[in-house]
Amino acid sequence: MLNINKEANGNVCTFFLEGRLDTTTAPQFESEIKDSLEGVSSLIMDMAKLEYISSAGLRVLLSAQKIMNKQGSMVIKNSSEEINEIFDVTGFSDILTIE
Amino acid sequence: MKELTIDAKVDNLDRVLEFIDAILEENECDMKTQVQIDVCVEEIFVNIANYAYTPGEGEAVIQVEVLDPRALSITFKDKGVPYNPLAKEDPDITLSADERPIGGLGIFMVKKSADDISYEYKDDQNILTYIKKF
Repeated sequence: MLNINKEANGNVCTFFLEGRLDTTTAPQFESEIKDSLEGVSSLIMDMAKLEYISSAGLRVLLSAQKIMNKQGSMVIKNSSEEINEIFDVTGFSDILTIE
Repeated sequence: MKELTIDAKVDNLDRVLEFIDAILEENECDMKTQVQIDVCVEEIFVNIANYAYTPGEGEAVIQVEVLDPRALSITFKDKGVPYNPLAKEDPDITLSADERPIGGLGIFMVKKSADDISYEYKDDQNILTYIKKF
């Protein structure tokens, strides 16, 4: 189960994620991102309420990062210790901007 | 030992994780380790669901044991095509976002997180055993 709340403000787009970003929910988030990035130069992912991320979720983050490298920047905020550990193991800590 | 036999379909992922989480909760596993174990179970089960029986269908058997000293042993069995996921080359995790291919991380995460992991093909079955201390 994943709840996605989106806040768009000019060229800034923020996603508030709640629940699990896994094999079953990642496609929903991926299409939401694709529909939202036109004209966006600052993408923020607030993970305060995200409990879990699997490699399917990481794939979505990587493809969003690739898009944002061309048109602006992407920042991850408020990710939990559990999720940061997964970013560390996979080398994602080095390619994502985690605040 | 607890055992779950289930159709190897991605739609069943939630049921598989519920089965595992119930055992972890009974054994008072901390949240961080539970997330790590769930990630691994998802990767392995989804691999079986996506590849073992393609284009047909089949079952996966998941056996869970709590070992002494405290560790969880999870064995995944399927009767699909022989496939050793551990033989797959590790991705280069030092590459930048633009250089990195999308995907290929799942089994790598499993290998990094496991305290012990082994594969064998026996009696026409793929048998993958993942052990994690908790």
